[in-house]
Amino acid sequence: MPERDSHARAWRGLGWGFIVKLLLMAVVNAFGVTVILAAVRTESWIILGVLVVLLIAADVIYFTKKALPLKYLLPGLIFLFVFQIFTLGYTGYVAFTNYGTGHAGSMQQAIDATVIQGERRVEGSTDYPLAIVEGFGGELGFAINDDGTVRVGTASSPLTDSPDATVGSSGAPTEVPGYTVVQRAVLLTDQELQQQVVGLRVPVSDDPNDGSVRTREGSTGVIYTSTIVWDESAQTMTDTETNTVYQPDDRGNFVAEDGTRLPTGWYVNVGFDNFVRAVTDADLAAPLLQVTLWTFAFAILTVLTSFGLGLLFAMIYNDERVRGRKILRTLFILPYAFPAFMSALLWRGMLNSEFGVVNDLFFFGADINWLGDPWLARGAILFVNLWLSYPYWFLVCTGALQALPSETLEAATIDGAGRWRKFRSIMLPLLLVSTAPLAIASFAFNFNNFTIIYMLTGGGPNFAGSASGLGSTDILISAIYQISGVAGGTADYGLASALSIIVFIVIGVISAIAFRQTRKLEEVQ
Amino acid sequence: MTSVRSHRTHTKRSRWWGEVGWKYPVAVVIVFFAVFPLLYVLSASLKPGGSLAGSSQLFRAIDPANYAALGGTQFWTWVLNTLFIGGVTAVGAVLMGAAAAYAFSRFRFAGRRASLTSLLIIQMFPQTVAFVAVFLLLLALGEVVPALGINSKIALICVYLGGALGANTFLMYGFFNSIPIEIDESAKIDGATHAQIFWRLIMPLVTPVLAVVGLLAFVSAFGDFILARIVLTSEDNWTLAVGMFQWVSNQLTSRWGLFAAGSVIASLPVLALFLTLQRYIVGGLTQGSVKG
Repeated sequence: MPERDSHARAWRGLGWGFIVKLLLMAVVNAFGVTVILAAVRTESWIILGVLVVLLIAADVIYFTKKALPLKYLLPGLIFLFVFQIFTLGYTGYVAFTNYGTGHAGSMQQAIDATVIQGERRVEGSTDYPLAIVEGFGGELGFAINDDGTVRVGTASSPLTDSPDATVGSSGAPTEVPGYTVVQRAVLLTDQELQQQVVGLRVPVSDDPNDGSVRTREGSTGVIYTSTIVWDESAQTMTDTETNTVYQPDDRGNFVAEDGTRLPTGWYVNVGFDNFVRAVTDADLAAPLLQVTLWTFAFAILTVLTSFGLGLLFAMIYNDERVRGRKILRTLFILPYAFPAFMSALLWRGMLNSEFGVVNDLFFFGADINWLGDPWLARGAILFVNLWLSYPYWFLVCTGALQALPSETLEAATIDGAGRWRKFRSIMLPLLLVSTAPLAIASFAFNFNNFTIIYMLTGGGPNFAGSASGLGSTDILISAIYQISGVAGGTADYGLASALSIIVFIVIGVISAIAFRQTRKLEEVQ
Repeated sequence: MTSVRSHRTHTKRSRWWGEVGWKYPVAVVIVFFAVFPLLYVLSASLKPGGSLAGSSQLFRAIDPANYAALGGTQFWTWVLNTLFIGGVTAVGAVLMGAAAAYAFSRFRFAGRRASLTSLLIIQMFPQTVAFVAVFLLLLALGEVVPALGINSKIALICVYLGGALGANTFLMYGFFNSIPIEIDESAKIDGATHAQIFWRLIMPLVTPVLAVVGLLAFVSAFGDFILARIVLTSEDNWTLAVGMFQWVSNQLTSRWGLFAAGSVIASLPVLALFLTLQRYIVGGLTQGSVKG
């Protein structure tokens, strides 16, 4: 029997799915290429490398028939690798460096910054007629008339000769190939541009010691050179005004023989220094020990109190004889439905010592400084967190109680077991099987419960006589926040990351225990 | 005879009090404990003037001035920012989680078990603890692509999505496994491609778990403070958590009236959603999700 239809007739074009895929991949590629070009321009080689690999991988995976599972996994994996796995790994790297204020870049960046900071106007130097120019991508630069030769450059590319440029009657360049000259009228009316121009420095050459061109008013350029000179062959910095020679040391600083340091250093690997500092530094060790103890106490007590209260309420109201249980349950769990950060802020106001409603209504207008006294503040935090989290345990325990096998309980009653005995020997062990994993998860969550601490007390009241800036209610993560300086102040990313590593280790240990424990409890059952 | 009966009802009643009756007064105390702060914030939001002083007399005045005053602040911008960040995060987390769960559930490939185990381990380490590295990463990325740098909402969404795969894949993986593979196979015989099976067959069947994951992702973005605070530096980019913290953190200029009105508005939808979905949330809790 001959085939009725050719196989090709069944082909109905590429289909919508393919077109959508093509469009999406076009967008992805356009974005990728744009970013790759930007990475080249800013010389961010690591980002460039990662992007090229990712883009090629995406094209290969989505345009070949191989690697079917990866078609589904790739988007999630990219985010997972860049924003989770990389950050975890990078934390590990930074923990072993002295990255932070004063050590924020590479050695070359530190040299450049120091030389720039030391730049002064050269006495008796000539003024060059100057024009403001805008280069590729809107980058500002200067074009100067150096005795008849026009030279042009930007902050990132040093001055080069521009032989085809034209010069106006004032001597300033009027047309520069590859750049657009910013008109003087524009400069005079644009405040923001003026600021940028005054702050702009265009290096004379690749050697930072040659200095830079700057301008005060946008029409004449002056050469600034630094009083601090970098000697590349000797690897030393010399302050030409005092003739002090600074040598690089292994801690990322330029140090003179008398021990003075230049303010800008670079970050270097310092080994276990950050970890050692956390336990030996006179300013840090004692507060950090207190913070660690309180972190454990806070997490354990929070779980115990809220679990206990939730279980108690669940046992009391898991009783069919009580009417209106549905309404009661809804009212009981209202605190859980109120966003946690708002609850913490709300209680911060309610516990205010002067105007707070707690003092006013329940303590007869007493002036109890709930959030200002170390122990009261700790108590307040536990109380507020109890208010926040008992509904969770109430719900969990209610569910678990209803799932208990009624035959076992009946059998125990028949055998003459009392209430306490039934609770102790049957209900609690069975409840723990289903709730222990949740309790451990809740412990891990509260171990890092930054929101409640920061919103309620901000970690305060501060430890008396300590320069660390830490306080009695700080837990590890809020202490890390304080030390890291990401919110302003002196930054110490190295020490902060070292503490993060310690938190990770604790969490890892807890999780490992959790796994074993759940298995053990299941065996009990 | 009558005395015996009255005696019996008496013991019955006292037994009732001992076993059930006392639970009602106790319930009143618990309800007061649970609800008082919420009533207080409602009352404070209706009190004219922005300070805490004199707010202890509940509902002494009813004045919508604080609500009207919200219009003169950045509050509604923050609401929109929060909705945008939470919404995009939720959609992204659902799509990426579902795709990953589909791959793990339906394909057998080398390294499948290893990837599942590593996911399980990775998701134990919260991103928030690595916030210093997140901050430094965004500083570096921002030099190349300003849209992915510090003070960008897109960057914050990307950071949240970094945690999406670890947090949601397992919840979805279990659900995907409960859908019989025979459905896929019969579709395959009918000539459906893997993409068609995923989008047209599986996704409609797993809608409940998609809703749960989306809601969880939204709620955790809504409640996050530390990452939002670090990433979003300018006031018009803030989320509600960052903005409202700023309102009350400063002792001298704290604006409690605005805070109270703002939190009533922001929490009402959450409360409504929570109460309507109560039954599902209770079910979800026992499967191991903790409030974020």
